[in-house]
Amino acid sequence: MKKLMLGNQAVARGLYEAGCRFVSSYPGTPSTEITEAAATYDEVYAEWAPNEKVAAESAVGASLAGARSFCAMKHVGFNVAADPLFTASYTGVNGGLVVCVADDPGMHSSQNEQDSRHYAIAAKLPMVEPSDSRECRDFVKAAYEISERFDTPAVLRTCTRVAHSQCLVELHEREERALKPYERNPQKYVAAPANSIKRHIEVEKRMEALRAFAETTGLNRVEMGDTAIGFVTSGTCYLYVKEVFPEASVLKLGLVNPLPVKLIADFAAKVDRLIVVEELDGVIEAHMREHGIRVDGGKDLFGYLGELSQNKLRKALGAALPAFKAYDETVPGRPPAMCPGCPHRGLFTVLSKLKLTVLGDIGCYTLGSGAPLNAVDSVLCMGASIGMVHGYTKMLGEEAAQHTVAVIGDSTFMHSGITGVVNLVYNRSIATVLVLDNSITGMTGHQQNPTTGLTLQNEPTYPIKIEDVCRAAGIQRVRVVDPQDMAATEAAIKEEIAADAASVIIVRRPCQMLEYVEVKPALFIDPDKCKGCRSCMKIGCPAIFFVDKKASIEPTLCVGCGLCEQMCKFGAFEGGAAK
Amino acid sequence: MTTSIMIVGVGGQGTLLTSKLLGDVLAAQGYDVKLSEVHGMSQRGGSVVTYVKYGDKVYSPIVDQGEADYILSFEILESARWISYLKVGGVLLTNSQKIWPMPVITGAMAYPEGILEKLSAMAEVQAVDALKLAKQAGSPMAVNVVLIGLLSKRMDIPEEAWLKAIEETVPPKFVELNKRAFRLGREA
Repeated sequence: MKKLMLGNQAVARGLYEAGCRFVSSYPGTPSTEITEAAATYDEVYAEWAPNEKVAAESAVGASLAGARSFCAMKHVGFNVAADPLFTASYTGVNGGLVVCVADDPGMHSSQNEQDSRHYAIAAKLPMVEPSDSRECRDFVKAAYEISERFDTPAVLRTCTRVAHSQCLVELHEREERALKPYERNPQKYVAAPANSIKRHIEVEKRMEALRAFAETTGLNRVEMGDTAIGFVTSGTCYLYVKEVFPEASVLKLGLVNPLPVKLIADFAAKVDRLIVVEELDGVIEAHMREHGIRVDGGKDLFGYLGELSQNKLRKALGAALPAFKAYDETVPGRPPAMCPGCPHRGLFTVLSKLKLTVLGDIGCYTLGSGAPLNAVDSVLCMGASIGMVHGYTKMLGEEAAQHTVAVIGDSTFMHSGITGVVNLVYNRSIATVLVLDNSITGMTGHQQNPTTGLTLQNEPTYPIKIEDVCRAAGIQRVRVVDPQDMAATEAAIKEEIAADAASVIIVRRPCQMLEYVEVKPALFIDPDKCKGCRSCMKIGCPAIFFVDKKASIEPTLCVGCGLCEQMCKFGAFEGGAAK
Repeated sequence: MTTSIMIVGVGGQGTLLTSKLLGDVLAAQGYDVKLSEVHGMSQRGGSVVTYVKYGDKVYSPIVDQGEADYILSFEILESARWISYLKVGGVLLTNSQKIWPMPVITGAMAYPEGILEKLSAMAEVQAVDALKLAKQAGSPMAVNVVLIGLLSKRMDIPEEAWLKAIEETVPPKFVELNKRAFRLGREA
């Protein structure tokens, strides 16, 4: 039976078929659906961890217990998980351990476009890279075989176009795997200097064995065709090459760390012009140059930025581009915006009004940086807002602290905000932190988290309260506000930024897109009362627009939240929530 | 021979369901099919694009400028934004609905006038008021299925195959509504 599957669903299918028993991940585009799909198989235990480091450590523990284990993360998630994984490279595994890292060339939904292949090289971990959904399934199985045969965690690298493309996958049966008995072995699993010195020798032996494996494995494949031009490529780039140059010779690399030498050199010798096609950094190219293999074109043709595509290949290699006609007028951009009824809108309207310095974080509320709210000064990485507000206010002093807040979501707070709060208390900060609790992990598409009281499978669990965590950490000033009440929110923020102690305001209202949140009747505007002052436009709601110098509401978009009504001095808004 | 379709619209309009339904229909016809979509940030009311490609053997999941046989557009400004992806001789099927993007809402830019006339001079265009037809079928949420109906007429696939896919994709209580929406699009 063949089924259309996302790359991510196919990875999950691969986990199921390979007998994987344990999955722990933190959501991150474009990796999120792997864990959601894994949770649909009864034979696989799957959970959301509070962050990627805990997920990776849990998977290492499950591997120690003898299970085929797995965790998935986006590329920047690997930064968080790097600590356990670099040393798990030394300890090796008991049950097979596969880690999926999903890169995002082109930054469709990310803050940078780091190339995860560098991690595989630095941590001395084998890495496989599938091109499409079918290979996602197959390469998961191959990665488990490599993991167990070479006693190492193995990394599966995908990218947005693999993770979020669908193609037909033939389904196979699950191969049950009994737990591999755990045998106590401190020399292997206790990473203390005396042991690690010996383990490093094993790591280097393993890499040597993997380099030999790279020369012969079926994961790397030569497709000889016209020898005038030959391509060395991997992943999604292979598909672009095949589409544009179907006759050319291709060396498709499925194992991207370690890379083969002889296989590439032999291929190079058979073709007249050798082109390396890879997105982001020139990892394959640098390897070839290091080993004295000729490269006739690579990063000099394609550069280091964003995704490749058919036309980028055509352009770089002088092939004819398809004809097209472009619209000859500037088309207004359509950046993403907070949804109508979004609970963040009320808060950012207040922050914008107060003209505070806002050190932001990663989540839907990053959208508070866009026009017309323009309310965010910085966004760096998960949890950074709290560390940054500390350093910023320490340097600029009390005066600055009275005009500065950190803004962080509920899931991001649980991910890596808590240690920042501990730091505020420990180092006598007077900073103010706003935790935007919308009761869900929003941007990645509504995943549960430790504050929501539900597991990945929507089963009840203890809902950890952000206010309890903050009080336990020693924050004396903790309060909760509803951002829908902008006046109360403004008053609370003014009080807390003026206070000479660290404070946390939990800004709480569930995401409007949650099923249990009521959609109220749309508001409408009395054109006789509307003076066209544009006050209601300051909130940046997609449901309000201007016709004939008067505000108007699009009834199919409005959810009746009534925030706009709070902005109007003329009582022009009718119906909806507040009436 | 690969046929390339681009589905463009505004996050929240249901473009992902459209591509899934289209993919299922094409796979059931025995084609090799690839779909590519983008999740996450851009779905929050941003400009969204989905690619659907089918044929004997499909390699790349994405469609580049000048490669689309059809563009199925959920919003007229998005038609203008993505028209350069249409092949010479390709067909633009577009909803005539206008949804203001944030730069227009804030007053930083004006919503361009006369888009449909300009596009019609550039390529074969069929425009329908899919929102009106969806409401006529029973719900403004059925815009996506109206547009599938519009596209279906251009493709050599029996009507029953589309109706079957609708039955398999939408919740039972919405099947009749969506079938009405599909037919209204197909007859437009």
